[in-house]
Amino acid sequence: MKTKQIAIISGKGGTGKTTLAGSLSVLFNNHIIADCDVDSSNMHLILKPKINETKQYKAGHKAEINESKCVGCGKCQQVCRYNAIYKKENGKYSVDSFACEGCKACVLVCPKKAVDFVLNHPGDYFISETKYGPFIHAELKPGEEMSGGLVAQVRKQALKMAVDERKAFVIIDGAPGIGCPATSSLTGTDYAILVTEPTVSGIHDMERMMEVIKHFKIPFSIVINRYDMNIEKSVEIEEFCQKDNISVLGKIVFDEKVNIANSNEMPVVKLHDSKAAEAIQSIFKKLKDELTL
Amino acid sequence: MSTKIAVLSGKGGTGKTTIAVNLAYILSKEISVQLLDADVEEPNSHLYFNFKDEMREEKVSLMIPKVDPEKCTKCGLCGQECQFGAINVYDSGVLVFKNLCHGCGVCSLVCPENAIQDVPKELGVLRFNKVENELSFGEGILNVGEISGVKVISKLKQNYDSSDVIIIDSPPGSSCPVVETLRGIDHALVVTEDSAFGLHDMETVITILREMGISYSIVINKYRDDSKNDKHTHIFEKKYSNSIALKIPLDKKIANLHSKGQLFVKEFPKISDQFRDLFNKIIREKRHV
Repeated sequence: MKTKQIAIISGKGGTGKTTLAGSLSVLFNNHIIADCDVDSSNMHLILKPKINETKQYKAGHKAEINESKCVGCGKCQQVCRYNAIYKKENGKYSVDSFACEGCKACVLVCPKKAVDFVLNHPGDYFISETKYGPFIHAELKPGEEMSGGLVAQVRKQALKMAVDERKAFVIIDGAPGIGCPATSSLTGTDYAILVTEPTVSGIHDMERMMEVIKHFKIPFSIVINRYDMNIEKSVEIEEFCQKDNISVLGKIVFDEKVNIANSNEMPVVKLHDSKAAEAIQSIFKKLKDELTL
Repeated sequence: MSTKIAVLSGKGGTGKTTIAVNLAYILSKEISVQLLDADVEEPNSHLYFNFKDEMREEKVSLMIPKVDPEKCTKCGLCGQECQFGAINVYDSGVLVFKNLCHGCGVCSLVCPENAIQDVPKELGVLRFNKVENELSFGEGILNVGEISGVKVISKLKQNYDSSDVIIIDSPPGSSCPVVETLRGIDHALVVTEDSAFGLHDMETVITILREMGISYSIVINKYRDDSKNDKHTHIFEKKYSNSIALKIPLDKKIANLHSKGQLFVKEFPKISDQFRDLFNKIIREKRHV
């Protein structure tokens, strides 16, 4: 049996990816949970993991100028295309590590070998146990790049554990946007759920995200969150999907109890008498049908 | 000189764009404003305005290598030194993986035969327009399929005009695009929401602001009265009460207006006043510094 990887993604942030992914993590059995929103990871707040292992993620390099060797010739600054090198008051040069992309150009041109090329440590990732299954999440250090690489690392770890432990599913809480972290959350998955909301921005970002998913040829469906916030826009989304032959997996009603669940840091689906929780239950049922096709 | 304010959040969907477009609109009634949308992966600010003219467009490109097969001896140095795996030398020739290339120029720097030339590859586009005389607009749009918007953001920021205030709608998260957006900014408005998620992601962003030495104030959006006893509310009050400048209530009418692409401040005079007060406070503090 091949492990199926399911990504919950959105394009626009704040549409309810984590709310849905957190609840699906509760409903699925025999799965690994992976939080790939490494910039703003939130799943751990609701899943309350017990961390078993912390691993350092080391990738890429940063340039560092050794001041005692620097003669102030400025060649490093001339070749740097990221404006990451600046001249200090004492005439020596220094690297702005936030701007440095680790391309090595300065290292190569320095006549005094004054530039060190140091292996970077952009963040850590964690292997944990939760009530609902094993969980992998990560923390990117603020301001770092390589978030796509860290996402890939989280995915790799989750898939490895899934294969080793014969798990049927990996549930992925994806990163927002359409850039590197978002595409790293999506590549090679078996199914994607695109969460959107009935707003002009929600629709705009959904359409951009669809282009990305179609590029990867991943089967996917739509969930409209807070659909009654603007019924007209929800209908617009449904019509758009119908025309494009995209299935709408479900619609989640605006439910103030979702705020209460999030405030209490618990999965929405654990709520009693909640319309949103019921909607998520029915999304889960339909999702299982889609996955067995 | 213009006062430059970045509106950012960490967590997506807290209301960055809501605050940025409404603040820009309300301030433009009294002073000149330029609104720049730097959320280049998913730019949305333009959806809230009717523009006077056609958009003026400007392409953003990255300089990537083109190898001259006549000069290339397949020595392999370019492939060895490329840190991003973007150029690879095979017996049959040299392959450039355009999407991996960071445009750093190391390959042409090390090529002993001068066989590598820089050629532009389109990454995205900048678009400019005017909403009203006192409100100008600019946005960066990253092409679908591109991995990093940093270059588009930095190009967008080279287009400051002479407005009294420049408001930048930032990307979400806390990685390099956010840092690029924050360079040279006078003040940051951190928009968070009344939840544990909002608090968590706000704290990550504040770490960056402190490290970069940028002053900030906090706007709590979708504020609820029933969250008074929540754990995150206590932390907001205990650690950040001095920085909390404004609380905007969770209101179905605001949400509905925004969902339709309308500026909610037009119907909420009290919040308009609060926006003006907040801006005046930022200006006073800037003078003070």
